[in-house]
Amino acid sequence: MSKNLKLTLVLLAVVALLILVPFVLAPGAEFGGSDDAGSQMVEQVTGQPYEPWFTPVLETALGGELPGEIESLIFCVQTGIGVGIISFAFGYLVARKKYKKDDAHTPLKKD
Amino acid sequence: MSKWEMSLLRLSALLSGVLAVPQTAWAMHIMEGYLPGSACVLWGALCLPFVVGGVLAIRRTAARQPRGMLLLAMAGAFIFVISSLKIPSVTGSCSHMTGTGLAAILFGPLHATVLGLIVLLFQALLLAHGGLTTLGANTFSMAVAGPVVSWAVWQLCRKGGVNRKVSVFLAAFLGDLLTYCVTSLQLALAYPSPEGGVAASAVSFLGVFAPTQLPLAVIEGILTVLIIMGMESYAQPELREIGFIREGA
Repeated sequence: MSKNLKLTLVLLAVVALLILVPFVLAPGAEFGGSDDAGSQMVEQVTGQPYEPWFTPVLETALGGELPGEIESLIFCVQTGIGVGIISFAFGYLVARKKYKKDDAHTPLKKD
Repeated sequence: MSKWEMSLLRLSALLSGVLAVPQTAWAMHIMEGYLPGSACVLWGALCLPFVVGGVLAIRRTAARQPRGMLLLAMAGAFIFVISSLKIPSVTGSCSHMTGTGLAAILFGPLHATVLGLIVLLFQALLLAHGGLTTLGANTFSMAVAGPVVSWAVWQLCRKGGVNRKVSVFLAAFLGDLLTYCVTSLQLALAYPSPEGGVAASAVSFLGVFAPTQLPLAVIEGILTVLIIMGMESYAQPELREIGFIREGA
């Protein structure tokens, strides 16, 4: 168990490092992603500009691009849904193990 | 100088600027309207049997291994979390991971297809990230090809007696990487380069994706190992029910 804990901490530290190192290596970089870069890349490869032939349904409905703050809100909602489910499940599992210590391998009754 | 030449000059100036600073890659999914109609239909058609098979497989799990559904929900939630986090990479741009490896390792690639599709729909409809026309192509790369590789690597490692944690890491890591290889190939097929054709185009798309994605694939591998470690500590009965842990093992 404590061996697992140690490994967990080491692995988490590696993840944090992998995420932080880019900031140190590439200071001042934009860290943009997605949208415009796509068309640039296609232009770079084919040598001619490209117009997407279909606009996202959401952008058609809104009459423009999703505002950045709202986009981050919805990304947070997505993260929140996921984290909520995972932590609920782990909460349930950890508590079950804690209070069921005596009969560790007997499955819970379920109707 | 014609207008066309002028814009070409501008583009080259822009490109040199872009190349001088670290390159910006394109976050993961192929964007709405960026694939020709025929390609959209083709990739969609290729995904269809996996989606149908996935729905059937999940129904079977629900009926025969009801306790496994908790793990399935966790695997789906894992994809939600992982694919919502845009992580900076060494190339100075951001991308995000797929997270479908976990579902593929626990349940098999078909379950992962359905879970991945749900996330892709969420992002295409609510975030204008990815798209409805490119849904088929994105599903194929992230929810079919990636999981199939993860699952195959996992099975091979198990048979080869590789350490459990290392197997999980390799499966998630390679599945994530392959997703981007497939994405590059899909873009290359749609946009062959004028000189080198599809192959040259694939190389240049890959050249943009790979350096960004490599560290992220490592992160995905590690996070998948961590969550499976958590499950092995606390969800033994469930893991046994879905056959992830063999009896007596």
